[in-house]
Amino acid sequence: MNVAIVRFPGSNCDDDVAHLLRRVLGASARFVWHKEHELPPCDAVVLPGGFSYGDYLRAGALAAHSPILAAVRRYAEQGAPVLGICNGFQVLCEAGLLDGALTRNAGLTFICRDVHVLVEGRPTPFTAAIPAGRLLRLPIAHADGRFVHPDVEALEAESRVVFRYVDAGGGVTEEANPNGSLHNIAGITNAAGNVLGLMPHPERAGEALLGSTDGRLLFDSLQRHLSGSLERVDP
Amino acid sequence: MRGMHAELPVSEALAHQMGLSADEFGRIQELLGRLPTYTELGMFAVMWSEHCSYKSSRALLRQLPTTGPRVLQGPGENAGVVDIGDGLAVVFKMESHNHPSFIEPYQGAATGVGGILRDIFTMGARPIACLNALRFGQPDDPRTRHLLSGVVAGIAGYGNAFGVPTVGGDVAFEECYGSNILVNVMAVGLCRADRIFRAAARGVGNPVLYLGQRTGRDGIHGATMASAEFGTDAEQSRPAVQVGDPFVEKLLLEACLRLMARPGLVVGIQDMGAAGLTSSSVEMAARAGSGIELWLDRVPLRAPGMTPYEIMLSESQERMLLVVERGREQEAMELCREWDLEVAVIGQVTDTGRLVVYATPPGAAAQQVVADIPVQPLAEGPRCQRPQRRPVEQDALQTLNLSAVPEADPNEALLRLLASPAVADKEWVYRQYDHQVRVSTVLGPGRADAAVLRVLPPELDEDEGAAQPAPRPRSGLALTVDGNGRLCHLDPYEGTRLVVAEAYRNLCAVGAEPLAVTDCLNLASPERPEVMWQLAECVRGLADACRELGTPVVSGNVSLYNETWLPAEAGEAPRVQAIYPTPMIGMVGLLPEVEQAVGAGFPGEGYLVALLGFDDSRCELGGSEYLKIVHGLVRGRPPRLDATRERMVGQCCVALIRRGLCASAHDVSDGGLLTALAECCITGPRPVGCAVVLQRPRGIGADPLPRIDQQLFHEGPGRFVLAVPAARQAEARLLCTEHGVPLWPLGRTGGSELVVRAAEGEHQGSYREVVRLPLRRLIEAYRRGFRSMVEETPSGA
Repeated sequence: MNVAIVRFPGSNCDDDVAHLLRRVLGASARFVWHKEHELPPCDAVVLPGGFSYGDYLRAGALAAHSPILAAVRRYAEQGAPVLGICNGFQVLCEAGLLDGALTRNAGLTFICRDVHVLVEGRPTPFTAAIPAGRLLRLPIAHADGRFVHPDVEALEAESRVVFRYVDAGGGVTEEANPNGSLHNIAGITNAAGNVLGLMPHPERAGEALLGSTDGRLLFDSLQRHLSGSLERVDP
Repeated sequence: MRGMHAELPVSEALAHQMGLSADEFGRIQELLGRLPTYTELGMFAVMWSEHCSYKSSRALLRQLPTTGPRVLQGPGENAGVVDIGDGLAVVFKMESHNHPSFIEPYQGAATGVGGILRDIFTMGARPIACLNALRFGQPDDPRTRHLLSGVVAGIAGYGNAFGVPTVGGDVAFEECYGSNILVNVMAVGLCRADRIFRAAARGVGNPVLYLGQRTGRDGIHGATMASAEFGTDAEQSRPAVQVGDPFVEKLLLEACLRLMARPGLVVGIQDMGAAGLTSSSVEMAARAGSGIELWLDRVPLRAPGMTPYEIMLSESQERMLLVVERGREQEAMELCREWDLEVAVIGQVTDTGRLVVYATPPGAAAQQVVADIPVQPLAEGPRCQRPQRRPVEQDALQTLNLSAVPEADPNEALLRLLASPAVADKEWVYRQYDHQVRVSTVLGPGRADAAVLRVLPPELDEDEGAAQPAPRPRSGLALTVDGNGRLCHLDPYEGTRLVVAEAYRNLCAVGAEPLAVTDCLNLASPERPEVMWQLAECVRGLADACRELGTPVVSGNVSLYNETWLPAEAGEAPRVQAIYPTPMIGMVGLLPEVEQAVGAGFPGEGYLVALLGFDDSRCELGGSEYLKIVHGLVRGRPPRLDATRERMVGQCCVALIRRGLCASAHDVSDGGLLTALAECCITGPRPVGCAVVLQRPRGIGADPLPRIDQQLFHEGPGRFVLAVPAARQAEARLLCTEHGVPLWPLGRTGGSELVVRAAEGEHQGSYREVVRLPLRRLIEAYRRGFRSMVEETPSGA
């Protein structure tokens, strides 16, 4: 597996994704600078967390117009796997590769803690190998994670909600919703099912030492998807 | 040389306005052989301020032990460096940002974080963690909520965006901080032990590079502000506070580390912190014994028409001064531009021993010399021999007549202690800090007596992206910050020793070997002899404790003038409100195997609950949280520290943890043994009760037992509450015997209540129940304490 990690000025989870891929999962991972116009040959692209360009306009807004994003867009249009984590999710929304927007948390402050999310919706390269209904324990760390969408029912109807905040028992409750997201949405996919964005940080849950290994499941799934041992996800 | 226009004529009165004494003004004229220019006078004023020159404290600080087998760099550089094996070193320092944070809490705290992070990466280290120690006024002071919210948001805003985890801290509240809060930030970095950078301007002809944010008019005379007490109009000092930009800091970090990775390119580097371009250039030249020439026309400016005085004194944030190898300035500048940073060659290293500043003043046709000062005296600053006097009220403060203190019901007292903001759950604070970024946090805030991080070798990005072996080494770092102004107020010497001992104990409680110390000494005005005495006693206590515990001081900071003139009340003279002498101690420890670290909370049911430590039948309550919270008393003598025993107990605790003979460990501190037991019950993976019995202390003979409140709430040092796996009690006992440290079995974990029975009467074997509380009441009190103070904000935060 050979993954390209896009590095914007202000990205700060780029090294963490590389750590999980290279040192924990034994994959290849290469950084791609935001000023590049082309992606290197790769099997998947990750947009990591952080504060791209300082996030001074809206989170992810400037990164959506960087040269590398045009290349990522072409790559996504070919149906190749693209994962946006936290700020990467915000960038994908700003770039129109995913629908909806991420706004200021309902509680107005930055929140860093572990949450439970339920894996559901249509299969994506990053989730197809995770049994439906599986609960994952993943960390969140964001100030702008409240997912909003003008027609959330349509998203639901197309099974494009892939991660949902739930309580430890799997219940979709208001208390389990850390940031006020519509329908407790933590992550969604695009219409084609190859682009995935989520607010939680799977790269922070890749080793037992850090408290959870559930985040690895996304990358294990990607690996199986790439090796062809999964059904290909067709639009 | 001509004087600046639009600038006041230089005189003793002007010097006084800038904070210089008549003697100092005289000395400046002697050094120069003439009157200083306006710019020069400003440069002397900031460099000779207390903040930059340590003129009141420097002589005292010589007592501190600063060397040791692991110390690679002691005080005198941007940060201290300690060898942690495997070719790696840990770099750390703590610094204060008290005055700016009171005036503008968000920006003051944010730039405090920014400043200390730069101190770490100028040494060539990547920052891996931040901690902070905060002090505010009374919880019900209306300013407290506003200041606390702003400071926490500022720390979070800067650290989170920069990408450094904030993993621990210490927050407390006392009336004396109401008009002068304390914001001390500690940063920790990791680097290769053979690649440490220092702030020296070596090599005649080497170019001096300016890198980072443009220079603006912000923060002029910030160092001077930090060197005077607040008047009643403190908030009018707002223009002296700087504004931080963590995004630029992050770019600066990445660019600097990449510059430093190129062999031979960077000769010396220092950030422009307090006193900006003046201090960075002067100090770099002073360390190398060289001189520097600066060309201000080339400095990137934010506003047009800035005068040399403003440029030299600006404290604009996120700026670095670098000396690079001659001929490679283009290479360096290209790399910096790739990160979209401002960069310019603004001078060169000379051998004149002087700082010579050239500029074209507004309206002038050509460059002129606007400052020409010998480097050494400017950098060294004056020295003040200030008088010391033990306060007359000290003896009265230390008297405590316990018979006049009623014995409170332990159940009620415990609930009040758990709900007091100093003890209560700080989740509201640490939830706002990203404590996980950089995937190294093994035990984060709220889980253990110290934060624990694994050591991940820093380089990842300069290779080809291939898969790599799983991370080695498996070692970890333990980090803590501690302070207790109340104990230091009652006895600055013993109080400081106790704070050092608590930091030491916190590291031992996670299984780490304590390595070294950084400190921040916060006190009131040294111009008052009583405060100078406190400072001297604190430094003596710090020096003795660090020597006794084998933890040298490798970096630190002194913050004086933490006092405020309160407006006069009707018919009374204005009164000064001074803070307690408050030394904050940051300590770093090492775990050879990070997986062995344990948390503070009981891990589950069926464990033996034991107290590790020497029997203390004195049970002194002086300075305790119990006396303050339950009885409203701040008096008495703090408990005495036996450092030899402290060290024995700490080492024994570490040995137990490393052999797996103890599954959780929590030191007995604020609120005494009962509070520690309650915290163990409710801070583990899930709440678990315990039933314990306090035996009659053996050393007490036939003497009457101390009161129950003394036994339960005294804060005598050198004690840990442990959970020992039931099947391994015998091994644990044996190991403690080998270490010569007593292990007192207290009871077992289990159930959903905290139950304590205590010995009574003169004979062994007679007990009565003194505490019985359901866990849900403990949890409720523990969670409510902090929230009730902060959560009534209009924003609903």
